Parts: sequence; C-alpha cells; structure tokens
Amino acid sequence: MRELSLHILDIIQNAITAQAKLITLDIIEDRQNNWLTVTIKDNGKGMDEAFVKTVLDPFCTSRKTRKVGLGLSLFRTAAQYCEGDLTIASEVGVGTTVTVTFRLGHIDRAPMGDMGGTVVGLIIMNPTLDFCYGHQCNAQTFTLDTREIRAQLGDVPLNYPDVVEWLKAYTAEGLENIVGGVNTK
Amino acid sequence: MKSLEQLAAIRKKALDTVNIRTERTEGTRVVVGMATCGIAAGARPVLNAFTDEISKRNLSSVTITQTGCIGVCRLEPMVEIYTPGQEKVTYVNMTAEKVAEVVHSHLVNGIVINQYTIGAMA
Ligand SMILES: Nc1ncnc2c1ncn2[C@@H]1O[C@H](COP(=O)(O)OP(=O)(O)O)[C@@H](O)[C@H]1O
Ligand SMILES: [Mg+2]
Repeated sequence: MRELSLHILDIIQNAITAQAKLITLDIIEDRQNNWLTVTIKDNGKGMDEAFVKTVLDPFCTSRKTRKVGLGLSLFRTAAQYCEGDLTIASEVGVGTTVTVTFRLGHIDRAPMGDMGGTVVGLIIMNPTLDFCYGHQCNAQTFTLDTREIRAQLGDVPLNYPDVVEWLKAYTAEGLENIVGGVNTK
Repeated sequence: MKSLEQLAAIRKKALDTVNIRTERTEGTRVVVGMATCGIAAGARPVLNAFTDEISKRNLSSVTITQTGCIGVCRLEPMVEIYTPGQEKVTYVNMTAEKVAEVVHSHLVNGIVINQYTIGAMA
C-alpha cells in the first residue's frame, strides 16, 4: 500500500470483523529518537496464541491465492523494511493489540498519507462503534474520541450530515496543528 | 476553529429539523467494499468522494456503510447501492470521478449507470 494510513484502515477492518465495539488507534511520531509507533487496540473476539503465530507466517495461511496478500503480513513486511516490526498481543474474549514500529526517517518508509480520511471514513461507515484516535508528534497531540462526541450529540448519530462536516473539519484542523501539518509526505 | 462545544448546536438543529431515526432507516444505502484488496485498489478515495458528493447535494437520507470482501478482487473498488423496493446495484472499478457521476445520475435522478455496473463486465 502506498500510505501507512491505508494499512491502518485495513488493520482496523480486522477489528471491526472481530466485532470490536471500541477501537483505539495511537500514533506517535518521535523525531528525537527517530521512531514511528502505531498501536491499534480493540475489544473484539481476540485470537488464541497458536492462531496468532499462524497469521504472521505468510507460509501458513490458507489464502495464498490472494493477489495482495494478507493485511497483517503486508504491514509487517513494510515495517521490517524500515528496521521496525509488527507484533500482535491477543486474548480470546478480551481483544487484540497490534503494534507496529518504523524508523521514522527511513528512506523506504511509506508516507503517513491521509489519516483524516481514514479515521473520519471509519467513523462515518460505522457510526455505532467507538473510535479513539490519538496522534502525537513530538510534544503535540491531537485526540478524537467518539465517546466524547457522542456525549455532546445525544441521539444524533455520528453520520448525521452536519456532524460529518464537523468531523472532517475538526480532524483536518487538529492534524494541521500538530507538527504544522502532519507528515503526509 | 472547530471545538466540541459546536456539537451542541448541531444537535439542537438536528433535533429541530427531522425525525432522524425514521428518515435515516428508510433511505438508500451505499455500501463500500473495505477488504484489503478494495483498500489497495482505492476504496478510501471512493468513500471520501461519496461523502463529499452526498453532503454537497444534501442527500440526507443516504447512508454510507462498509462491507468486507465483495468477492472479485480485480473489480475493486466495488460499491453496492441498496434502494428500498429496488434491486441491488453493484458498481465496479470505481474511481472518485465515477462517484460524482453515480451520485448525480443514480442517487439524485434514479438512473442506474449500466456501463459502470458488474453486469457490463460479463
Ligand atoms: N483484531 C483482530 N481480532 C481478531 N482476529 C483477528 C484480528 N486481526 C486479525 N485477525 C485474524 O487474523 C486473520 C488474518 O488477518 P489479515 O492478515 O488481516 O488477513 P484477512 O483479514 O484478509 O483474513 C483474520 O482473518 C482473522 O482471523
Ligand atoms: Mg485483514
């Protein structure tokens, strides 16, 4: 995938399929130490240990016919190209945490891309789920938590047109403010 | 500057204008395929184009949702449109440009663009 934000969108699809109700996404761009860390945590159905081992082994998958490969191994390959890795911690009935690291300044690192499009798109298409997105760039952090938004909206759904407009503008502005324009390059 | 406080005003306006629940459950649904193959092929810009066009034209009864793999990777991005009382229409190889046309023709005027549908690929 051309952008990390597309990998993130894909990994969050796994959480949705696993019937998560709350999905937490944390991105930390640490320029000082040259690390980029992406953490995706869900409270879906989880996986047992043996299964986690097989999903990361590209030779063990039952779906080798797929043209673009499996989402998790694709993202892991991208991370490993950049001196990072992808790890999975999961517990059946509790949920899953996927942690991905990259050397922030690595020449092969794909750009972050349109994070606003990923996060707002997910919210619009899944208005009954909760998303908590935190994006830290050095000392600045942007947070978008649908639980806080819902508290303000009461019965008005997250995909109501005026709310959608607000979500887009709020996120664009927030991402612009951290880093003076998030690393979309 | 956007702030969480502005949501209270949106809430008030929304509750004053429509009965949200009934209006939105009876409307048309646009379903975007969001499996790995769909995302890699460009499902996100297609989704964003739908949200932009739908809000630009104020089509408040249309909702956008997602699904996993629709089944034919080479035809992604795929989009299904469900209108109550009508047969499902599946658009394939979608792009943001095609979305603008589909919203105008299909969602606004009720005319399916056959050449973009899965039927035209057979
Ligand atoms: N967050 C998650 N919760 C539960 N199961 C998961 C999660 N993420 C991945 N899985 C399991 O791992 C499998 C492989 O995931 P992935 O590499 O994204 O490929 P795909 O989604 O195409 O099957 C999934 O089919 C699913 O069974
Ligand atoms: Mg997947």
